[in-house]
Amino acid sequence: MTELKLPSIDYAALAPILIMLGAALVGVLIEAFVPRRLRHAVQLGAALLAVLAALYFVVDNAGERQITIGGAIAVDGPTLFLQGAILVLAAMALLLIGERSIERGGAFVAQAAVVAGSEDDRRQAEESGGATEVYPLTTFAIGGMLIFVAANDLLTMFISLEVFSLPLYLLCALARRRRLLSQEAAMKYFLLGAYASAFFLFGVALVYGFTSGIPGRTAGVDFATIHAAVADSPSSPVLLYAGMALLAIGLLFKAAAAPFHVWTPDVYQGAPTPVTAFMAACTKVAAFGALLRVFYVAFSGSAWNFTPVLGTVAILTMLVGAVLAVTQTDIKRLLAYSSIANAGYLLVGVLALNKEGLSGTMFYLVAYGFSVLAAFAVVTLVRDADGEATHLSRWAGLGRRSPFFAALFTFILLAFAGIPLTSGFTSKFAVFGAAIEGGQSWLVIAGVLTSMILAFPYLRVVVMMWLSEPGESTPTVSVPGGLTAAALMIGVLATLVLGVAPGPLLDLANGAAEFVR
Amino acid sequence: MEETVRYAEATGLLGSVWLLVAIPLVSAAILLLLGRRADRWGHWLGVASIGAAFVLGLTYFFQLRGLENKSVERSLWDFIAVGDFKVDFGLLFDPLAAVFVLLITGVGFLIHLYAVEYMSHDPGRRRFFAYFNLFVAAMLLLVLGNNYVMLYFGWEGVGLASYLLISFWYERPTAATAGKKAFLMNRVGDAGLAIGIFIMFATLGTTQYDEVFNGVGGLAGGTVLVLGLLLLLGATGKSGQFPLQAWLPDAMEGPTPVSALIHAATMVTAGVYLIARSNPIFSANETLQLVVVSVGALTLLLGCIIGAAKDDIKRVLAWSTVSQIGYMFLGVGLGGGAYALAIVHLLAHGFFKANMFLGAGSVMHGMKDQVDIRRFGGLSKYMKITWITFATGWLAIIGIPPLSGYFSKEPIIAKAFERDDWTAWLFGGAAMLGAGLTAFYMTRLFVLTFHGPKRWTDDIEHPHESPKLMTIPLILLAVGSVAAGWLLSTSVPDWLTATAGLGGAEEGEAHGVLSHTVITILSILVTLIGAGLAWFLFRNGTATEPQPAGVLVTAARKNLYTDSFNEAVFEKPGIFLTRALVYLDSRGVDGLVNGLAAGVGGGSGRLRRLQTGFVRSYAMSILTGALLVVAAFLAVQAGWLA
Repeated sequence: MTELKLPSIDYAALAPILIMLGAALVGVLIEAFVPRRLRHAVQLGAALLAVLAALYFVVDNAGERQITIGGAIAVDGPTLFLQGAILVLAAMALLLIGERSIERGGAFVAQAAVVAGSEDDRRQAEESGGATEVYPLTTFAIGGMLIFVAANDLLTMFISLEVFSLPLYLLCALARRRRLLSQEAAMKYFLLGAYASAFFLFGVALVYGFTSGIPGRTAGVDFATIHAAVADSPSSPVLLYAGMALLAIGLLFKAAAAPFHVWTPDVYQGAPTPVTAFMAACTKVAAFGALLRVFYVAFSGSAWNFTPVLGTVAILTMLVGAVLAVTQTDIKRLLAYSSIANAGYLLVGVLALNKEGLSGTMFYLVAYGFSVLAAFAVVTLVRDADGEATHLSRWAGLGRRSPFFAALFTFILLAFAGIPLTSGFTSKFAVFGAAIEGGQSWLVIAGVLTSMILAFPYLRVVVMMWLSEPGESTPTVSVPGGLTAAALMIGVLATLVLGVAPGPLLDLANGAAEFVR
Repeated sequence: MEETVRYAEATGLLGSVWLLVAIPLVSAAILLLLGRRADRWGHWLGVASIGAAFVLGLTYFFQLRGLENKSVERSLWDFIAVGDFKVDFGLLFDPLAAVFVLLITGVGFLIHLYAVEYMSHDPGRRRFFAYFNLFVAAMLLLVLGNNYVMLYFGWEGVGLASYLLISFWYERPTAATAGKKAFLMNRVGDAGLAIGIFIMFATLGTTQYDEVFNGVGGLAGGTVLVLGLLLLLGATGKSGQFPLQAWLPDAMEGPTPVSALIHAATMVTAGVYLIARSNPIFSANETLQLVVVSVGALTLLLGCIIGAAKDDIKRVLAWSTVSQIGYMFLGVGLGGGAYALAIVHLLAHGFFKANMFLGAGSVMHGMKDQVDIRRFGGLSKYMKITWITFATGWLAIIGIPPLSGYFSKEPIIAKAFERDDWTAWLFGGAAMLGAGLTAFYMTRLFVLTFHGPKRWTDDIEHPHESPKLMTIPLILLAVGSVAAGWLLSTSVPDWLTATAGLGGAEEGEAHGVLSHTVITILSILVTLIGAGLAWFLFRNGTATEPQPAGVLVTAARKNLYTDSFNEAVFEKPGIFLTRALVYLDSRGVDGLVNGLAAGVGGGSGRLRRLQTGFVRSYAMSILTGALLVVAAFLAVQAGWLA
């Protein structure tokens, strides 16, 4: 009998992941044992505390470069940078999720099966405080994302993909208002997500097949093996390219790149706005973190082959996002298409395939995350008796009614439009500059042109808010509770600071931009 | 004779040059943030901030005069510093920038002053002043930046503020449409500039003016050509030059003559500034210069011809702006010393065009916002001050000596004739013809407005002169229209020679196809003929309704069909693209699978839903995409094997 060899585990390097998953389990226990009236406060506090603790260990691990737990997890610069980004953005999203002062019981409904507007529904709103299960679900999702950006083999990546996706499907279904729309969105997201996961898994199988038969190595799906196989595998390259394509599809689905973006508008619109904000900011970081690692670490040897295809996807994504944003009439759908277009710009950064591309993409993810969270924070505030007023016509004249919030939202929109002195400009500049350096001028030209188009829908909203008279139906902006206000201000300030003095964060990203293989 | 461009560090008082941008910016922020609380005094804050900027600008100007190296830069902070790529958040104050600063703040101050009265009945006056200040701040940033990224900042800011200013009178659907058009056309230009900057970054690794200008000599000719053409595209967008000229006249639909003016006198000069500033790039390639000259010559004729067929007082002035900027492009394109002449014309134009725009506003003020020149007539008796000041503007623009237009325009015409091949006749001839046409349509405008029989609408009995706050700026500008040309043409070229990197006005032998005297006589003659003809034709007024007209006039009324051109080139593809994407996104894929069973019958109603909402069609779309991606990967791989 051979001796069982245990993989070495560096618990310190894994601490952020372990803390988040542990916190999720504790959250489940809190659901079971803490009395209902305290539950909300305890859950929110525990989740925030866990995020902060995880963030502490991420910072503490700075400079770490190793592969641990049997080659499953890589802790290196990009891992730590992206984990930090996910945690910071998730903390802001948690603030939005925890907001209770805007709507009685918060944005989440405890028993989603109760018919909306019925007697039971009213009773439920008064008695139970709304779903507190959202906190463990969110922390599970955050934990999954932390693994996703650190995964060093395709199976770990797949499992973490499911770990963060499943809670998100549930979260999407929990809206108190427009419940059916929310449940429909969750159903769609689930079906299509499962569908995309299947592509990913099939890709894993094909790549595994490709790696067999390399002299001196066993087959496997860890990135070092794949990298070696790309260089000299005797297997048919068809396996490699078909596998790579299918993997890309699975990841591009999560990243909301065209033509795999179709779920985005419906889901962004239907999901409770705090969850939409969480998805727009954190899922984006996780998806692109994984894309970066797969293409920079595993497949970097065949860059010549995937850049034209992914470049085409990037252009299509930018085009679809920008052009369709022009025709939108609902603010959440508009932001969804803007998120699609931004996926395109991020892909441009990914395809630069150099150090600047890596750091630029990471910078972009952080900058965009802050702005998009702030944008959705404002969306949660503009409401009338029926909940959020998301139709754009209702936003006409908002600048007269609530100049302060309209001004903040204007600033965010200008950032999305890439107007200088906002983070929107610096981040676009960083990825486009990197892509030029990487010889991808065609992508940059497409990027500049589409961002010119994309500025139009944003500025249309600006003009609508400021230059139209408030109508009968223009809602007032609710006074935000402390949590939303905090998230909003952090988002806006970060957008400003990263626009005026992006240096420190760019330096940080640049210093972190080296993968371990 | 490669000359190295070197900027000195700004010291002493000049170190605070950033205040020029900061003051209007802070004022705009205060006006926007305080909201209604600032309604009563907000406009005075706006005026004061621009006044302060003007005084500061003057102070800096005199400081600069005493310096050895007249180009000083002030680096504020490292905006982006990644690897060896650095973008400095810095300002450059040199003779060229100084001239623009004085123009922007000086004319800007007068317009602000005038707007206090003009907008006094408008409930949105404070907001208007906020956008106004924002505009000036952005414009100052544009001319003060020490690299192309800073210029781009200002460029975008100006575009944004102008979009807001044009859309200001949102009650008028035309204003909203004009705002949209201005925005879209400018975006086309902006895209050119942005890509140009990226090319600079890719080939030279920097966007700092001095490094770019020192490095441009080492670039391949093709690269310089592409770079220059992209910058030119940006310039044509901002300055309303062919092929992106259509937005400028439409933007005159904006709220007031005031905003029309801010565009006419300041914003449109941004393109000229860009080309003047990038002179080392344009001088490095002859084809490039030829393109700039052609754009200028074409636009100046276009503007004249269309201007002659318009009846809206602001539109005529707008097209005349397009045409006069054509002269400036012609000047900057001729290269060498001519670019200084273009700047002189720009400054002189700033005076007389501002004069006439405000004069037009004064006329409208007295005539209940009537803009149709066929409905004026005989106003000289009722608005003495406006009449006299407008007359100085009119004589200046058509180039009657010794008013300012003569000193600024005639040298450009002469310079165009100095080219050493047949193009001298082409461009010189165009400039000369333009002078005649300008005399014709400006005289038409003047005569129809102030002389001849009254053709007023019935509701007007006694047109009145405007209040003092409006007439004082008019008088000041009239003085400028009379005297500025001579003063500027004798001082500015020498002053600009000190601008580092911009080849000065070298005194070469004038070996043109015609002697200078002949050109002078000819141009005055042409002007007199044009003006005389117009006076003769319109001395008795004109019909108050449009008359049937020949081919040329009809074409000119329709802006020489340039709108149709723009529609075909920019609008149609855009609309088609949107429709196609909406279609594909909504039911294209589903439709592919179901054949055309759903048919065209129920089509449009469903199309409007943008997305079908059916999971099955989404899944189908993903599958189709997946198949395409896999196929593409394999195709690339196959090509790689082959």
